[in-house]
Amino acid sequence: MSVAMQNNQALVEYLLRLADTDMVLAQRFCEWCGNAPALEEEVAMMNVGLDLLGQARNWYDYAAELRDDGRDADFLAFRRNEREYRNLLIAEQPRGDYAVTTAKQFFFDVWHHLVLTGLTESSDERIAGLAAKGLKESTYHRRRSSEWMLRLGQGTEESHRRLTDAVQNLWRFTYELTDTDEIEDQLAEAGIGAGNVGDAWRAEVARVFAEAGLDLPEPARHFYMDGKNGKHTEHLGFLLAEMQSLPRAYPDATW
Amino acid sequence: MYAQQVDTGSKGLKSLDEMSPEERHFQEKVNAETKIEPKNWMPDGYRKTLIRQISQHAHSEIVGMLPEGNWLTRAPSLKRKLQLMAKIQDEAGHGLYLYSAMETLGADRDDEIDKLHRGEVKFSSIFTYPTLTWADMGAIGWLVDGAAIVNQVPLQRCSYGPYARAMIRVCKEESFHQRQGYEILLTMMREGTDEQKAMVQDAINRFWWPSLMMFGPSDADSPNSAQSMAWKIKRHGNDDLRQRFLDQTVPQLEFLGCTAPDPDLKWNEETGHYDFGEIQWQEFFDVLKGHSPCGVERIQQRKNAIDEGQWVRDAAVAYADKQKANAA
Ligand SMILES: [Fe+2]
Ligand SMILES: [Fe+2]
Ligand SMILES: [Fe+2]
Repeated sequence: MSVAMQNNQALVEYLLRLADTDMVLAQRFCEWCGNAPALEEEVAMMNVGLDLLGQARNWYDYAAELRDDGRDADFLAFRRNEREYRNLLIAEQPRGDYAVTTAKQFFFDVWHHLVLTGLTESSDERIAGLAAKGLKESTYHRRRSSEWMLRLGQGTEESHRRLTDAVQNLWRFTYELTDTDEIEDQLAEAGIGAGNVGDAWRAEVARVFAEAGLDLPEPARHFYMDGKNGKHTEHLGFLLAEMQSLPRAYPDATW
Repeated sequence: MYAQQVDTGSKGLKSLDEMSPEERHFQEKVNAETKIEPKNWMPDGYRKTLIRQISQHAHSEIVGMLPEGNWLTRAPSLKRKLQLMAKIQDEAGHGLYLYSAMETLGADRDDEIDKLHRGEVKFSSIFTYPTLTWADMGAIGWLVDGAAIVNQVPLQRCSYGPYARAMIRVCKEESFHQRQGYEILLTMMREGTDEQKAMVQDAINRFWWPSLMMFGPSDADSPNSAQSMAWKIKRHGNDDLRQRFLDQTVPQLEFLGCTAPDPDLKWNEETGHYDFGEIQWQEFFDVLKGHSPCGVERIQQRKNAIDEGQWVRDAAVAYADKQKANAA
Protein backbone atom coordinates (compact mmCIF):
# COMPACT_ATOMS: atom_id res chain seq x y z
CA MET A 1 0.00 0.00 0.00
CA SER A 2 1.32 3.44 -0.83
CA VAL A 3 1.98 5.99 1.88
CA ALA A 4 -0.74 8.19 0.44
CA MET A 5 -3.28 5.34 0.63
CA GLN A 6 -2.23 4.45 4.15
CA ASN A 7 -2.65 8.05 5.17
CA ASN A 8 -6.03 8.15 3.49
CA GLN A 9 -7.29 5.14 5.44
CA ALA A 10 -5.87 6.48 8.66
CA LEU A 11 -7.46 9.83 7.94
CA VAL A 12 -10.92 8.29 7.55
CA GLU A 13 -10.48 6.63 10.94
CA TYR A 14 -9.26 9.87 12.45
CA LEU A 15 -12.18 11.86 11.05
CA LEU A 16 -14.65 9.28 12.34
CA ARG A 17 -13.17 9.59 15.82
CA LEU A 18 -13.65 13.34 15.75
CA ALA A 19 -17.12 13.07 14.23
CA ASP A 20 -18.39 10.28 16.45
CA THR A 21 -17.17 11.99 19.60
CA ASP A 22 -18.94 15.22 18.62
CA MET A 23 -22.05 13.28 17.62
CA VAL A 24 -22.31 11.29 20.84
CA LEU A 25 -21.76 14.38 22.98
CA ALA A 26 -24.40 16.27 21.02
CA GLN A 27 -26.79 13.39 21.64
CA ARG A 28 -26.15 13.64 25.37
CA PHE A 29 -26.97 17.35 25.18
CA CYS A 30 -30.24 16.47 23.44
CA GLU A 31 -31.11 14.40 26.51
CA TRP A 32 -30.91 17.57 28.60
CA CYS A 33 -33.65 19.25 26.61
CA GLY A 34 -36.34 20.38 29.02
CA ASN A 35 -34.33 19.15 32.01
CA ALA A 36 -31.69 21.85 32.44
CA PRO A 37 -31.20 23.47 35.86
CA ALA A 38 -32.18 26.91 34.53
CA LEU A 39 -33.70 28.33 31.35
CA GLU A 40 -30.44 30.05 30.48
CA GLU A 41 -28.80 26.64 30.60
CA GLU A 42 -31.42 25.20 28.24
CA VAL A 43 -30.29 27.76 25.69
CA ALA A 44 -26.58 27.38 26.43
CA MET A 45 -26.53 23.57 26.37
CA MET A 46 -28.57 23.43 23.20
CA ASN A 47 -26.13 25.91 21.74
CA VAL A 48 -23.09 23.79 22.55
CA GLY A 49 -24.90 20.68 21.34
CA LEU A 50 -25.71 22.40 18.06
CA ASP A 51 -22.09 23.41 17.56
CA LEU A 52 -20.89 19.88 18.16
CA LEU A 53 -23.51 18.39 15.89
CA GLY A 54 -22.54 20.83 13.15
CA GLN A 55 -18.89 19.89 13.55
CA ALA A 56 -19.78 16.20 13.49
CA ARG A 57 -21.58 16.71 10.21
CA ASN A 58 -18.57 18.46 8.67
CA TRP A 59 -16.19 15.66 9.67
CA TYR A 60 -18.67 13.01 8.49
CA ASP A 61 -19.03 14.74 5.14
CA TYR A 62 -15.30 14.70 4.62
CA ALA A 63 -14.96 11.09 5.79
CA ALA A 64 -17.75 10.06 3.41
CA GLU A 65 -15.99 11.75 0.50
CA LEU A 66 -12.73 10.02 1.29
CA ARG A 67 -14.42 6.63 1.69
CA ASP A 68 -16.09 7.22 -1.64
CA ASP A 69 -18.35 4.20 -1.32
CA GLY A 70 -21.69 5.88 -1.96
CA ARG A 71 -22.45 6.24 1.76
CA ASP A 72 -23.18 9.73 3.01
CA ALA A 73 -22.78 11.50 6.34
CA ASP A 74 -26.19 10.31 7.53
CA PHE A 75 -25.19 6.74 6.88
CA LEU A 76 -22.06 7.18 8.94
CA ALA A 77 -23.99 8.68 11.83
CA PHE A 78 -27.12 6.56 11.79
CA ARG A 79 -26.23 3.16 10.35
CA ARG A 80 -23.00 2.16 12.03
CA ASN A 81 -23.24 0.04 15.15
CA GLU A 82 -21.43 0.30 18.49
CA ARG A 83 -18.42 -1.73 17.34
CA GLU A 84 -17.99 0.60 14.38
CA TYR A 85 -18.34 3.82 16.36
CA ARG A 86 -15.01 5.51 17.12
CA ASN A 87 -15.91 8.06 19.80
CA LEU A 88 -13.93 8.66 22.97
CA LEU A 89 -15.35 6.71 25.90
CA ILE A 90 -15.88 9.80 27.99
CA ALA A 91 -18.38 11.13 25.46
CA GLU A 92 -20.75 8.18 25.79
CA GLN A 93 -20.93 8.22 29.58
CA PRO A 94 -24.46 8.98 30.82
CA ARG A 95 -25.29 12.63 31.27
CA GLY A 96 -25.75 12.10 35.01
CA ASP A 97 -26.42 15.21 37.08
CA TYR A 98 -25.17 18.63 36.12
CA ALA A 99 -21.82 17.99 37.84
CA VAL A 100 -21.20 14.92 35.69
CA THR A 101 -22.09 16.80 32.53
CA THR A 102 -19.88 19.71 33.57
CA ALA A 103 -16.85 17.58 34.38
CA LYS A 104 -17.28 15.47 31.28
CA GLN A 105 -17.63 18.51 29.10
CA PHE A 106 -14.70 20.26 30.73
CA PHE A 107 -12.35 17.32 30.16
CA PHE A 108 -13.50 17.08 26.59
CA ASP A 109 -13.45 20.82 25.89
CA VAL A 110 -9.84 21.19 27.03
CA TRP A 111 -8.85 18.28 24.80
CA HIS A 112 -11.00 19.46 21.90
CA HIS A 113 -9.61 22.95 22.01
CA LEU A 114 -6.03 21.66 21.92
CA VAL A 115 -6.75 19.24 19.11
CA LEU A 116 -8.56 21.81 16.99
CA THR A 117 -5.75 24.30 17.61
CA GLY A 118 -3.30 21.70 16.32
CA LEU A 119 -5.51 20.91 13.34
CA THR A 120 -5.62 24.51 12.19
CA GLU A 121 -1.98 23.87 11.13
CA SER A 122 -2.88 20.68 9.26
CA SER A 123 -1.34 20.25 5.82
CA ASP A 124 -4.80 19.11 4.75
CA GLU A 125 -6.50 22.38 3.93
CA ARG A 126 -10.00 21.05 4.34
CA ILE A 127 -9.16 19.95 7.88
CA ALA A 128 -7.37 23.19 8.69
CA GLY A 129 -10.38 25.20 7.54
CA LEU A 130 -12.93 23.16 9.49
CA ALA A 131 -10.70 23.21 12.57
CA ALA A 132 -10.40 27.00 12.44
CA LYS A 133 -14.18 27.28 12.31
CA GLY A 134 -14.63 24.75 15.09
CA LEU A 135 -11.97 26.38 17.22
CA LYS A 136 -14.03 29.55 17.62
CA GLU A 137 -16.90 27.49 18.99
CA SER A 138 -14.62 25.34 21.10
CA THR A 139 -13.02 28.41 22.66
CA TYR A 140 -16.42 29.41 23.96
CA HIS A 141 -17.22 25.85 25.09
CA ARG A 142 -14.01 25.61 27.05
CA ARG A 143 -14.54 28.95 28.73
CA ARG A 144 -18.08 27.98 29.62
CA SER A 145 -17.26 24.59 31.12
CA SER A 146 -14.21 26.00 32.94
CA GLU A 147 -16.43 28.63 34.52
CA TRP A 148 -18.88 25.98 35.63
CA MET A 149 -16.00 23.96 37.12
CA LEU A 150 -15.21 26.99 39.26
CA ARG A 151 -18.83 27.66 40.19
CA LEU A 152 -19.46 24.07 41.23
CA GLY A 153 -16.03 23.57 42.78
CA GLN A 154 -16.20 26.74 44.87
CA GLY A 155 -19.95 27.16 45.13
CA THR A 156 -21.57 25.20 47.95
CA GLU A 157 -20.59 22.14 49.93
CA GLU A 158 -23.08 20.12 47.94
CA SER A 159 -21.85 21.30 44.55
CA HIS A 160 -18.27 20.63 45.58
CA ARG A 161 -19.15 17.12 46.72
CA ARG A 162 -21.10 16.35 43.56
CA LEU A 163 -18.31 17.64 41.35
CA THR A 164 -15.71 15.65 43.27
CA ASP A 165 -17.81 12.50 42.82
CA ALA A 166 -18.21 13.20 39.11
CA VAL A 167 -14.47 13.72 38.65
CA GLN A 168 -13.71 10.53 40.53
CA ASN A 169 -16.03 8.54 38.35
CA LEU A 170 -14.99 10.04 35.02
CA TRP A 171 -11.26 10.37 35.57
CA ARG A 172 -10.36 6.87 34.30
CA PHE A 173 -11.76 7.78 30.87
CA THR A 174 -9.41 10.75 30.55
CA TYR A 175 -6.67 8.31 29.65
CA GLU A 176 -7.81 8.49 26.05
CA LEU A 177 -7.44 12.27 26.03
CA THR A 178 -3.77 12.14 26.93
CA ASP A 179 -2.74 9.21 24.77
CA THR A 180 -2.34 8.57 21.06
CA ASP A 181 -2.26 5.35 19.05
CA GLU A 182 -0.47 4.46 15.79
CA ILE A 183 -3.09 6.10 13.63
CA GLU A 184 -2.77 9.40 15.42
CA ASP A 185 1.01 9.20 15.48
CA GLN A 186 1.15 8.40 11.79
CA LEU A 187 -1.06 11.36 10.89
CA ALA A 188 0.83 13.70 13.17
CA GLU A 189 4.07 12.70 11.47
CA ALA A 190 2.50 13.34 8.09
CA GLY A 191 1.57 16.85 9.25
CA ILE A 192 -2.15 16.07 9.00
CA GLY A 193 -3.26 15.21 12.55
CA ALA A 194 -2.88 17.04 15.84
CA GLY A 195 -0.73 14.50 17.64
CA ASN A 196 -0.52 14.03 21.37
CA VAL A 197 -1.93 16.87 23.45
CA GLY A 198 -1.51 15.08 26.78
CA ASP A 199 0.98 17.44 28.42
CA ALA A 200 -0.95 20.57 27.57
CA TRP A 201 -4.18 18.87 28.63
CA ARG A 202 -2.79 17.93 32.05
CA ALA A 203 -1.42 21.42 32.57
CA GLU A 204 -4.70 23.15 31.78
CA VAL A 205 -6.78 20.71 33.84
CA ALA A 206 -4.39 21.14 36.78
CA ARG A 207 -4.71 24.92 36.51
CA VAL A 208 -8.51 24.88 36.62
CA PHE A 209 -8.61 22.21 39.33
CA ALA A 210 -6.39 24.36 41.53
CA GLU A 211 -8.64 27.36 41.06
CA ALA A 212 -11.77 25.29 41.63
CA GLY A 213 -10.34 23.82 44.83
CA LEU A 214 -10.38 20.26 43.53
CA ASP A 215 -7.79 17.56 44.20
CA LEU A 216 -6.03 16.50 41.05
CA PRO A 217 -6.00 12.69 40.80
CA GLU A 218 -2.97 10.71 39.67
CA PRO A 219 -2.77 10.53 35.87
CA ALA A 220 -5.32 8.05 34.56
CA ARG A 221 -3.81 4.72 33.56
CA HIS A 222 -4.34 2.86 30.34
CA PHE A 223 -6.85 0.06 30.58
CA TYR A 224 -8.26 -2.34 28.06
CA MET A 225 -11.20 -0.17 26.95
CA ASP A 226 -10.58 1.65 23.71
CA GLY A 227 -13.33 3.80 22.21
CA LYS A 228 -11.13 5.00 19.37
CA ASN A 229 -10.98 1.45 18.10
CA GLY A 230 -14.59 0.50 18.72
CA LYS A 231 -14.34 -1.05 22.17
CA HIS A 232 -16.95 0.76 24.17
CA THR A 233 -18.72 0.77 27.50
CA GLU A 234 -22.24 -0.63 27.75
CA HIS A 235 -23.74 2.85 27.48
CA LEU A 236 -23.08 3.41 23.80
CA GLY A 237 -25.37 0.63 22.58
CA PHE A 238 -28.41 2.22 24.19
CA LEU A 239 -27.48 5.68 23.01
CA LEU A 240 -27.20 4.47 19.42
CA ALA A 241 -30.34 2.33 19.66
CA GLU A 242 -32.33 5.43 20.49
CA MET A 243 -30.54 7.81 18.16
CA GLN A 244 -30.64 5.47 15.17
CA SER A 245 -34.10 4.05 15.74
CA LEU A 246 -35.90 5.76 12.85
CA PRO A 247 -33.31 5.24 10.09
CA ARG A 248 -33.02 1.61 11.17
CA ALA A 249 -36.77 1.00 11.40
CA TYR A 250 -37.42 2.64 8.03
CA PRO A 251 -34.35 1.89 5.93
CA ASP A 252 -35.99 3.05 2.69
CA ALA A 253 -37.37 6.28 4.07
CA THR A 254 -36.41 9.81 3.08
CA TRP A 255 -36.68 12.31 5.90
CA MET B 1 -53.74 30.66 21.77
CA TYR B 2 -50.47 30.53 23.65
CA ALA B 3 -52.31 32.72 26.13
CA GLN B 4 -55.84 31.36 26.20
CA GLN B 5 -58.69 32.96 28.13
CA VAL B 6 -56.83 35.71 29.92
CA ASP B 7 -58.81 37.23 32.75
CA THR B 8 -58.78 41.03 32.69
CA GLY B 9 -60.78 41.48 35.88
CA SER B 10 -63.18 43.60 33.87
CA LYS B 11 -66.93 43.71 34.52
CA GLY B 12 -67.59 46.00 31.60
CA LEU B 13 -65.97 48.82 29.69
CA LYS B 14 -65.74 52.32 31.13
CA SER B 15 -66.34 55.29 28.89
CA LEU B 16 -63.75 58.09 28.86
CA ASP B 17 -66.12 60.20 31.01
CA GLU B 18 -66.23 57.59 33.74
CA MET B 19 -62.45 57.40 33.98
CA SER B 20 -60.11 59.15 36.38
CA PRO B 21 -57.85 61.78 34.75
CA GLU B 22 -54.94 59.32 34.79
CA GLU B 23 -57.01 56.58 33.22
CA ARG B 24 -58.32 58.92 30.60
CA HIS B 25 -54.85 60.11 29.68
CA PHE B 26 -53.74 56.49 29.45
CA GLN B 27 -56.69 55.47 27.29
CA GLU B 28 -56.17 58.42 24.97
CA LYS B 29 -52.57 57.43 24.47
CA VAL B 30 -53.64 53.89 23.68
CA ASN B 31 -56.29 55.16 21.28
CA ALA B 32 -53.65 57.26 19.54
CA GLU B 33 -51.48 54.12 19.14
CA THR B 34 -48.73 55.56 21.34
CA LYS B 35 -46.85 52.69 23.01
CA ILE B 36 -47.11 52.32 26.77
CA GLU B 37 -43.66 51.89 28.30
CA PRO B 38 -42.71 50.35 31.67
CA LYS B 39 -42.28 53.69 33.45
CA ASN B 40 -45.61 55.10 32.29
CA TRP B 41 -48.65 55.10 34.52
CA MET B 42 -51.07 52.28 33.69
CA PRO B 43 -54.29 50.95 35.24
CA ASP B 44 -53.82 48.09 37.63
CA GLY B 45 -56.04 45.85 35.51
CA TYR B 46 -53.94 46.55 32.43
CA ARG B 47 -50.77 45.61 34.27
CA LYS B 48 -52.29 42.43 35.71
CA THR B 49 -53.80 41.39 32.42
CA LEU B 50 -50.48 41.79 30.65
CA ILE B 51 -48.63 39.87 33.34
CA ARG B 52 -51.16 37.03 33.01
CA GLN B 53 -51.00 37.03 29.25
CA ILE B 54 -47.24 37.35 28.86
CA SER B 55 -46.50 34.78 31.57
CA GLN B 56 -48.90 32.30 29.97
CA HIS B 57 -47.24 32.95 26.67
CA ALA B 58 -43.76 32.48 28.15
CA HIS B 59 -44.81 29.29 29.98
CA SER B 60 -46.17 27.95 26.71
CA GLU B 61 -42.89 28.56 24.92
CA ILE B 62 -41.04 26.64 27.62
CA VAL B 63 -43.51 23.79 28.04
CA GLY B 64 -43.74 23.69 24.25
CA MET B 65 -40.13 22.54 24.14
CA LEU B 66 -41.14 19.22 25.70
CA PRO B 67 -43.28 17.62 22.98
CA GLU B 68 -40.49 18.36 20.51
CA GLY B 69 -37.79 17.37 22.95
CA ASN B 70 -39.53 14.01 22.95
CA TRP B 71 -38.17 13.42 19.42
CA LEU B 72 -34.90 15.31 19.63
CA THR B 73 -32.87 12.24 20.58
CA ARG B 74 -34.53 10.34 17.70
CA ALA B 75 -34.40 12.89 14.89
CA PRO B 76 -33.77 10.80 11.77
CA SER B 77 -30.97 12.70 10.01
CA LEU B 78 -28.21 15.16 10.76
CA LYS B 79 -30.10 17.93 9.03
CA ARG B 80 -33.35 17.27 10.91
CA LYS B 81 -31.54 16.99 14.21
CA LEU B 82 -29.78 20.31 13.66
CA GLN B 83 -33.05 21.97 12.67
CA LEU B 84 -34.97 20.63 15.63
CA MET B 85 -32.25 21.57 18.10
CA ALA B 86 -32.14 25.07 16.68
CA LYS B 87 -35.93 25.35 16.85
CA ILE B 88 -36.09 24.22 20.45
CA GLN B 89 -33.30 26.60 21.32
CA ASP B 90 -35.33 29.40 19.72
CA GLU B 91 -38.36 28.46 21.83
CA ALA B 92 -36.29 28.62 25.01
CA GLY B 93 -35.09 32.02 23.83
CA HIS B 94 -38.70 33.13 23.27
CA GLY B 95 -39.52 32.08 26.80
CA LEU B 96 -36.62 34.06 28.23
CA TYR B 97 -37.43 37.06 26.10
CA LEU B 98 -41.06 37.03 27.17
CA TYR B 99 -40.24 36.59 30.85
CA SER B 100 -38.05 39.69 30.57
CA ALA B 101 -40.90 41.63 28.98
CA MET B 102 -43.12 40.41 31.83
CA GLU B 103 -40.61 41.52 34.45
CA THR B 104 -40.77 45.11 33.13
CA LEU B 105 -44.29 45.06 34.63
CA GLY B 106 -42.96 44.31 38.09
CA ALA B 107 -43.66 40.57 38.07
CA ASP B 108 -40.99 38.08 39.07
CA ARG B 109 -40.05 35.25 36.76
CA ASP B 110 -39.45 32.67 39.49
CA ASP B 111 -42.76 33.51 41.19
CA GLU B 112 -44.66 33.12 37.96
CA ILE B 113 -42.92 29.84 37.18
CA ASP B 114 -43.81 28.61 40.67
CA LYS B 115 -47.43 29.38 39.93
CA LEU B 116 -47.20 27.30 36.79
CA HIS B 117 -45.69 24.40 38.68
CA ARG B 118 -48.39 24.63 41.35
CA GLY B 119 -51.01 24.42 38.62
CA GLU B 120 -52.35 27.90 39.37
CA VAL B 121 -51.76 29.21 35.88
CA LYS B 122 -52.07 27.59 32.50
CA PHE B 123 -50.02 26.99 29.42
CA SER B 124 -51.41 26.48 25.94
CA SER B 125 -53.69 23.46 25.61
CA ILE B 126 -51.82 22.31 22.50
CA PHE B 127 -48.76 21.19 24.44
CA THR B 128 -50.70 18.64 26.46
CA TYR B 129 -50.95 16.44 23.36
CA PRO B 130 -48.44 13.63 22.98
CA THR B 131 -46.03 13.48 20.03
CA LEU B 132 -46.27 9.94 18.74
CA THR B 133 -44.28 9.89 15.50
CA TRP B 134 -41.62 11.93 13.75
CA ALA B 135 -44.32 13.41 11.48
CA ASP B 136 -45.61 15.21 14.57
CA MET B 137 -42.48 17.38 14.40
CA GLY B 138 -43.63 18.53 10.99
CA ALA B 139 -47.26 18.93 12.02
CA ILE B 140 -46.32 20.97 15.08
CA GLY B 141 -44.03 23.28 13.14
CA TRP B 142 -46.58 23.80 10.43
CA LEU B 143 -49.84 23.93 12.39
CA VAL B 144 -48.88 24.95 15.91
CA ASP B 145 -46.23 27.51 15.06
CA GLY B 146 -48.51 28.54 12.20
CA ALA B 147 -51.41 29.20 14.57
CA ALA B 148 -49.04 30.98 16.94
CA ILE B 149 -48.00 33.35 14.16
CA VAL B 150 -51.59 34.23 13.28
CA ASN B 151 -52.14 35.13 16.88
CA GLN B 152 -48.85 36.92 17.39
CA VAL B 153 -48.66 39.06 14.28
CA PRO B 154 -51.31 41.43 15.66
CA LEU B 155 -49.49 41.38 19.00
CA GLN B 156 -46.60 43.13 17.29
CA ARG B 157 -48.87 46.17 17.51
CA CYS B 158 -49.85 45.55 21.12
CA SER B 159 -50.10 48.79 23.11
CA TYR B 160 -47.45 47.63 25.57
CA GLY B 161 -44.06 48.46 24.05
CA PRO B 162 -41.86 45.66 25.47
CA TYR B 163 -44.40 42.96 24.55
CA ALA B 164 -44.89 44.36 21.04
CA ARG B 165 -41.15 44.47 20.45
CA ALA B 166 -40.68 40.95 21.80
CA MET B 167 -43.32 39.77 19.34
CA ILE B 168 -41.54 41.27 16.35
CA ARG B 169 -38.50 39.14 16.99
CA VAL B 170 -40.48 36.07 17.99
CA CYS B 171 -42.68 36.21 14.88
CA LYS B 172 -39.69 36.17 12.56
CA GLU B 173 -38.44 32.98 14.13
CA GLU B 174 -41.89 31.38 14.26
CA SER B 175 -42.29 31.92 10.50
CA PHE B 176 -39.05 30.10 9.99
CA HIS B 177 -40.27 27.25 12.21
CA GLN B 178 -43.48 27.02 10.29
CA ARG B 179 -41.78 26.72 6.92
CA GLN B 180 -39.41 24.15 8.34
CA GLY B 181 -42.27 22.09 9.76
CA TYR B 182 -44.11 22.20 6.47
CA GLU B 183 -40.98 21.14 4.64
CA ILE B 184 -40.64 18.10 6.92
CA LEU B 185 -44.13 17.01 5.89
CA LEU B 186 -43.66 17.89 2.22
CA THR B 187 -40.46 15.86 2.03
CA MET B 188 -42.23 12.84 3.51
CA MET B 189 -45.19 13.24 1.15
CA ARG B 190 -43.09 13.81 -1.99
CA GLU B 191 -40.11 11.54 -1.43
CA GLY B 192 -41.23 9.25 1.35
CA THR B 193 -42.54 5.70 1.45
CA ASP B 194 -46.22 4.84 1.80
CA GLU B 195 -45.65 4.26 5.47
CA GLN B 196 -44.24 7.77 5.85
CA LYS B 197 -47.17 9.28 3.96
CA ALA B 198 -49.57 7.51 6.29
CA MET B 199 -47.55 8.91 9.19
CA VAL B 200 -48.07 12.45 7.88
CA GLN B 201 -51.82 12.04 7.48
CA ASP B 202 -52.06 10.52 10.94
CA ALA B 203 -50.17 13.47 12.47
CA ILE B 204 -52.49 15.93 10.73
CA ASN B 205 -55.52 13.97 11.91
CA ARG B 206 -54.34 14.27 15.50
CA PHE B 207 -53.17 17.89 15.45
CA TRP B 208 -55.84 19.46 13.25
CA TRP B 209 -58.56 20.09 15.79
CA PRO B 210 -56.24 20.87 18.69
CA SER B 211 -54.61 23.54 16.50
CA LEU B 212 -57.98 25.15 15.84
CA MET B 213 -58.68 25.03 19.57
CA MET B 214 -55.50 27.00 20.22
CA PHE B 215 -57.41 30.21 19.48
CA GLY B 216 -59.79 29.53 22.35
CA PRO B 217 -63.59 29.48 22.35
CA SER B 218 -65.58 32.21 20.67
CA ASP B 219 -65.08 35.41 22.66
CA ALA B 220 -67.86 37.44 21.06
CA ASP B 221 -69.59 38.04 24.38
CA SER B 222 -66.60 37.98 26.69
CA PRO B 223 -66.04 41.08 28.88
CA ASN B 224 -62.36 40.11 29.11
CA SER B 225 -61.97 40.30 25.36
CA ALA B 226 -63.77 43.62 25.11
CA GLN B 227 -61.47 45.07 27.76
CA SER B 228 -58.33 43.63 26.11
CA MET B 229 -59.46 45.10 22.81
CA ALA B 230 -60.08 48.53 24.37
CA TRP B 231 -56.58 48.41 25.81
CA LYS B 232 -55.29 47.30 22.41
CA ILE B 233 -53.64 44.27 23.89
CA LYS B 234 -55.87 42.15 21.74
CA ARG B 235 -56.78 43.28 18.25
CA HIS B 236 -59.01 40.57 16.85
CA GLY B 237 -61.58 38.14 18.18
CA ASN B 238 -60.71 34.47 18.58
CA ASP B 239 -63.10 33.40 15.83
CA ASP B 240 -61.58 35.90 13.39
CA LEU B 241 -58.08 34.64 14.08
CA ARG B 242 -59.17 31.03 13.79
CA GLN B 243 -60.79 31.74 10.43
CA ARG B 244 -57.69 33.55 9.22
CA PHE B 245 -55.56 30.57 10.20
CA LEU B 246 -57.88 28.12 8.53
CA ASP B 247 -58.08 30.12 5.31
CA GLN B 248 -54.32 30.20 4.96
CA THR B 249 -53.83 26.58 6.04
CA VAL B 250 -56.31 24.69 3.87
CA PRO B 251 -54.55 25.47 0.56
CA GLN B 252 -51.28 24.32 2.16
CA LEU B 253 -53.02 21.13 3.26
CA GLU B 254 -54.19 20.50 -0.30
CA PHE B 255 -50.74 21.19 -1.69
CA LEU B 256 -49.41 18.51 0.64
CA GLY B 257 -51.91 16.07 -0.78
CA CYS B 258 -53.47 15.44 2.62
CA THR B 259 -56.93 15.87 4.07
CA ALA B 260 -58.39 17.33 7.24
CA PRO B 261 -60.36 15.17 9.66
CA ASP B 262 -63.39 17.39 9.07
CA PRO B 263 -66.12 16.30 6.62
CA ASP B 264 -67.69 19.77 6.82
CA LEU B 265 -64.61 21.62 5.65
CA LYS B 266 -65.35 23.36 2.36
CA TRP B 267 -64.82 26.61 0.54
CA ASN B 268 -67.72 29.02 0.81
CA GLU B 269 -68.01 31.09 -2.36
CA GLU B 270 -70.32 33.59 -0.69
CA THR B 271 -68.27 34.43 2.40
CA GLY B 272 -64.90 33.93 0.72
CA HIS B 273 -63.84 31.74 3.63
CA TYR B 274 -63.68 28.07 4.46
CA ASP B 275 -66.58 26.64 6.43
CA PHE B 276 -65.66 24.06 9.00
CA GLY B 277 -67.29 21.62 11.40
CA GLU B 278 -68.11 22.07 15.02
CA ILE B 279 -65.21 22.17 17.46
CA GLN B 280 -65.53 19.78 20.41
CA TRP B 281 -64.92 22.33 23.14
CA GLN B 282 -65.45 19.79 25.88
CA GLU B 283 -62.04 18.37 24.99
CA PHE B 284 -60.50 21.82 25.31
CA PHE B 285 -62.03 22.45 28.74
CA ASP B 286 -61.06 18.96 29.87
CA VAL B 287 -57.49 19.55 28.77
CA LEU B 288 -57.32 22.84 30.64
CA LYS B 289 -58.49 21.00 33.75
CA GLY B 290 -55.68 18.49 33.39
CA HIS B 291 -57.63 15.66 31.76
CA SER B 292 -55.11 14.96 29.06
CA PRO B 293 -52.44 12.36 28.41
CA CYS B 294 -49.51 14.70 28.99
CA GLY B 295 -50.70 17.82 30.79
CA VAL B 296 -49.67 16.61 34.23
CA GLU B 297 -46.43 15.07 32.95
CA ARG B 298 -45.33 18.25 31.18
CA ILE B 299 -45.62 20.26 34.37
CA GLN B 300 -44.02 17.50 36.39
CA GLN B 301 -41.03 17.47 34.04
CA ARG B 302 -40.64 21.25 34.24
CA LYS B 303 -40.96 21.18 38.02
CA ASN B 304 -38.44 18.35 38.33
CA ALA B 305 -35.94 20.21 36.17
CA ILE B 306 -36.17 23.31 38.30
CA ASP B 307 -36.22 21.38 41.60
CA GLU B 308 -33.28 19.19 40.65
CA GLY B 309 -31.42 22.24 39.40
CA GLN B 310 -31.74 24.03 42.72
CA TRP B 311 -28.28 23.00 43.95
CA VAL B 312 -26.75 24.17 40.66
CA ARG B 313 -28.34 27.60 40.90
CA ASP B 314 -27.39 27.80 44.57
CA ALA B 315 -23.79 27.04 43.67
CA ALA B 316 -23.77 29.73 41.00
CA VAL B 317 -25.13 32.29 43.46
CA ALA B 318 -22.69 31.28 46.20
CA TYR B 319 -19.79 31.50 43.78
CA ALA B 320 -20.86 34.92 42.52
CA ASP B 321 -21.15 36.13 46.13
CA LYS B 322 -17.64 34.88 46.90
CA GLN B 323 -16.30 36.62 43.81
CA LYS B 324 -17.94 39.84 44.88
CA ALA B 325 -16.59 39.54 48.44
CA ASN B 326 -13.08 38.88 47.10
CA ALA B 327 -13.25 41.87 44.81
CA ALA B 328 -14.38 44.17 47.63
FE1 LIG C 1 -41.85 30.24 20.08
FE1 LIG D 1 -44.93 31.84 20.53
FE1 LIG E 1 -41.71 28.21 17.22
